[in-house]
Amino acid sequence: MLWVDKYRPKTLDKVTVHDQVAQNLRKLVSEQDCPHLLFYGPSGSGKKTLILALIKQMFGAGAEKVKMENKTWKIDTGTRTLEIELAMLSSAHHVEMNPSDAGFQDRYVVQEVIKEMAKNRPIDAKGKRAFKVLVLNEVDKLSREAQHSLRRTMEKYSASCRLILCCNSSSKVTEAVRSRCLNVRVNAPSEDQIVQVLEFIGKKENLQLPAGFAARIAAQSNRNLRRAILFFETCKVQQYPFTSNQAAPPLDWEQYVSEISTDILTEQSPKRLYAVRQKFYELLVNCIPPESILKKLLAELLKKLDADLKHEICHWAAHYEHKMRLGSKAIFHLEAFVAKFMSIYKEFLVASFG
Amino acid sequence: MAPLVPMSQPWVEKYRPRQVKDVAHQEEVIRVLTNTLQTADLPHMLFYGPPGTGKTTTALAIAHQLYGPELYKSRVLELNASDDRGINVVRTKIKDFAAVAVGTTRKAGYPCPPYKIIILDEADSMTEDAQNALRRTMETYSKVTRFFFICNYISRIIEPLASRCAKFRFKPLSEEVMSSRIMHICNEEGLNLDSQALSTLSAISQGDLRRAITYLQSAARLFGSSISPTDLISVSGVIPEDVVKSLLAACRSGEFDVANKEVSNIIAEGYPVSQLMAQFLDVIVSTDDIPDEQKARICKKLGETDKCLVDGADEYLQLLDVASETIRALFNMPQTLVF
Ligand SMILES: Nc1ncnc2c1ncn2[C@@H]1O[C@H](COP(=O)(O)OP(=O)(O)OP(=O)(O)O)[C@@H](O)[C@H]1O
Ligand SMILES: Nc1ncnc2c1ncn2[C@@H]1O[C@H](COP(=O)(O)OP(=O)(O)OP(=O)(O)O)[C@@H](O)[C@H]1O
Ligand SMILES: [Mg+2]
Ligand SMILES: [Mg+2]
Repeated sequence: MLWVDKYRPKTLDKVTVHDQVAQNLRKLVSEQDCPHLLFYGPSGSGKKTLILALIKQMFGAGAEKVKMENKTWKIDTGTRTLEIELAMLSSAHHVEMNPSDAGFQDRYVVQEVIKEMAKNRPIDAKGKRAFKVLVLNEVDKLSREAQHSLRRTMEKYSASCRLILCCNSSSKVTEAVRSRCLNVRVNAPSEDQIVQVLEFIGKKENLQLPAGFAARIAAQSNRNLRRAILFFETCKVQQYPFTSNQAAPPLDWEQYVSEISTDILTEQSPKRLYAVRQKFYELLVNCIPPESILKKLLAELLKKLDADLKHEICHWAAHYEHKMRLGSKAIFHLEAFVAKFMSIYKEFLVASFG
Repeated sequence: MAPLVPMSQPWVEKYRPRQVKDVAHQEEVIRVLTNTLQTADLPHMLFYGPPGTGKTTTALAIAHQLYGPELYKSRVLELNASDDRGINVVRTKIKDFAAVAVGTTRKAGYPCPPYKIIILDEADSMTEDAQNALRRTMETYSKVTRFFFICNYISRIIEPLASRCAKFRFKPLSEEVMSSRIMHICNEEGLNLDSQALSTLSAISQGDLRRAITYLQSAARLFGSSISPTDLISVSGVIPEDVVKSLLAACRSGEFDVANKEVSNIIAEGYPVSQLMAQFLDVIVSTDDIPDEQKARICKKLGETDKCLVDGADEYLQLLDVASETIRALFNMPQTLVF
């Protein structure tokens, strides 16, 4: 088992990083009438960990007996029958799924699948709770329509069902849905907190950590705890005993983006643009999210640019990411950003150095 | 229907008014509907306004009061965004229900007027095509059917439908009304809220009573029966003033890297950027030593960014863009570079 799973705290009182949030959650579910919840915060901050521990707090160990299945739903839209396949994780008390996986058909998932589940009383009515829990991941990726479809369901069936919604950016969840939940912010752990978690794991694994080693990994992780733990395990696999200056290797794709930034800083030409396009394709084919590519590229460029240019380039990055969101072919917008960058940078070079 | 397990509903549902007269703050519509209970006259209705102001509550209450529990099922069709309401449904389900003649059964104690009610809740999520398909149905069966349209944004309802309805805007609840409703719940639940906590709660809920009730319930669970303003603020997720101020301070340093660091920090803390920008706007507007021209430039940027966020743009990039433009405005740097 990977350390990220092995050392995921299983109960609310073992959650160390967000101990205050965990204590609050425990009190919140002490009665039968807790509100719907919306967890939000950056990736790898510990949302899922809290949610799983909370469900265990509500239902006891029974909630840990989960089965994973790929279910196909046949949905009659009046004109045709859609088949939607979705992965679901369920126990006797709760169901977890990711409705945005249905893409532009997500509305039907909410209207048919989720509503049906919410309507029905829990299978185990003798259990501790009179309701069951539906965990919906990545609700910020749901279309507006699908989000609207949640609204009345959340009210109408609130006696038999509680929703726990989870997302990275709550700005993308409509106001009407947010108004129906208690919003729980899960911030990224500080570097110090990450160091503590790493040292804890080190102790459990009987590892000797050189001074400053955990801190270096924490600094590299961008306050993403999952990443820090993964880096830590990679280091262990790579070389143990650890050496005092050992560092985690950067992720492959990040390394690749960093090369792109060097490419376009050294030469601004149609030929180079074409070469960079191939690299973008490569990244996209490997399922790296285009906005992550753009953000990483921006970060790399910002390290090397003049102050005036920083303002300009960050503006265009925001501009093209927005366009990308509206459009459907990410490659066009990544490329447009690079072309824009090249032209600005070239002009700057000519103006400064002739 | 009596709930099986009475305590298992969140307070927002537990304290949903069952009768029109208990809906707070929306006097105009209440007057019209109270009248309906006597005369049985009812125009088509259009309710619009922000979340948590009583629109769904009012529509459901009047329908229940008109028909009583037994007739409700056969006389009222409630469709909301969780139902498929595409053009097909309009042409079949809605039309069929609208066309059925009304029986003469009456239940003692209820007015049981000779028409049915179709409630289209969250109607702003219906497509224009589906709305257009409704026009005919509405006209053809207006003798035996009344329509209720409910939405947040009236502009999403096509004119031909809107013009056939009596329109009512549901206002955000005022501080006094909100307070008295909250007091009522506090009494029922045995909670203690001083006047300062009450006004804090009203302020952070911004006229949305549903939100106020959720905050109240959460605070009650977390902090017991005596609730202070700080308790309420901590459950509400309002962004602390310092966070907003330090973003402005970072911009005032004029250093891009300083601002970038602050922005990254805000994102890591998980604060919702749309809300942060609303609070940033307040701070900018109320800061005395920023000249109007600079304020205008920053506000313009905030407006553009808000739109981008609604479109689903990345929060970090958008906030960084705002911070960068704020620096450029404060230091009178041109909007685009000229070499
Ligand atoms: N309180 C904690 N103490 C120790 N380790 C933790 C804690 N919370 C989370 N972790 C570790 O961090 C990893 C990531 O956490 P989690 O999966 O909960 O993140 P997440 O917020 O759901 O991320 P994402 O948004 O990317 O899905 C977990 O696998 C776990 O190992
Ligand atoms: N005017 C009001 N008077 C009394 N209670 C109210 C009022 N408005 C809202 N509430 C409370 O808030 C809850 C939600 O109200 P309601 O469902 O009517 O909101 P809505 O206007 O339909 O919102 P949305 O646009 O999000 O659907 C109710 O259950 C009730 O507890
Ligand atoms: Mg997760
Ligand atoms: Mg409503």
